[in-house]
Amino acid sequence: MSQQTADEILDASYLEVRAKVLELAAVLDRLDRAPGGTERSPRRDQLTQAIEMLLADDPDRAAKVQHWFSRQYDPDWKTKLGVETPSTK
Amino acid sequence: MDFIDPHIHMVSRVTDDYETLARMGCVAVSEPAFWAGFDRGTVDGFRDYFEQLTAVEPKRAAQFGIQHYCWLCINAKEAENVSLSREVISMIPEFLDRPGVLGIGEIGLNKNTKNEATVFLEHLELAIKYDQPILIHTPHLEDKYQGTRMILDMLCDDSRVNPDRVLVDHVEEHTVSEVLDRGFWAGMTLYPVTKCTPDRAADMIERHAGERLLANSAGDWGISKPTAVPDLIFTMRRRGMDEALIRKVVHDNPVEFFSKSKQFHYTPR
Repeated sequence: MSQQTADEILDASYLEVRAKVLELAAVLDRLDRAPGGTERSPRRDQLTQAIEMLLADDPDRAAKVQHWFSRQYDPDWKTKLGVETPSTK
Repeated sequence: MDFIDPHIHMVSRVTDDYETLARMGCVAVSEPAFWAGFDRGTVDGFRDYFEQLTAVEPKRAAQFGIQHYCWLCINAKEAENVSLSREVISMIPEFLDRPGVLGIGEIGLNKNTKNEATVFLEHLELAIKYDQPILIHTPHLEDKYQGTRMILDMLCDDSRVNPDRVLVDHVEEHTVSEVLDRGFWAGMTLYPVTKCTPDRAADMIERHAGERLLANSAGDWGISKPTAVPDLIFTMRRRGMDEALIRKVVHDNPVEFFSKSKQFHYTPR
């Protein structure tokens, strides 16, 4: 549980978050202005969807965004890589 | 507040950093063996590195009243050279009885390859054979989740591994719960851009009540901040978090975890 109230957290972080949102907006503008276009870039797509995830009503946004940028875990990895552990020997 | 940085690569830092750390309350550091920024070619290159970790750095730290401890291994980036890795693993026991050597680390995965997993498992055998605690590096960015799960699989597949003697480092929001839920210790690395900020670390401490959680700077030869742990202390205080909780994370937890090594002879001031 946080020691601060929601208002206190907002007071402390409002300007910092405002600056980060502006930075994001400016990067997206810069990408749009740049020659070459990124509309079909998977990385641009990944960033756009991550930004959309921030708007969800969810207490685990940070973990969800981390997962969004992560490779999937394959429970069958030991067989696929040919790695033997004490439980597979 | 007295603090311990449980993961910092002082061989890559200037002596002024020891002085700054001491001025900010650092009483001890632990330095895992890691990648030098280039792949070393011979086992003697590692022998010299281990000499530096076990003999040179403790003296440099002691000038400023800081106790220096270390961990030994060949890191995951160099594990693609399996034959050299095996030579290094065979040589490590020469150094295990030196004062200040806490265990085997930072072993782990980097790109989650077969060779990295093979060398990781051989380091586990070494740690078990010599009854050593283990410090683990988890991969960066998009490889972290997959690599952390693979590491946990390998650790949990071996009933000889005691999770209470293993610290899994560089946890973030998507890996911290699984590490703690399986009984391991977890380290949060305060490192610009690629890892965790003091505020996000404070969030994880808030959610997990600081149990089995440590915080480190992982200060090294890259863009990093050796005084990141004092930054976390400042952030936690600013957020009104309890002094006892702050002390637990930055001092008491490292002492408790390191005490699982018979080579940890810490003298609080």
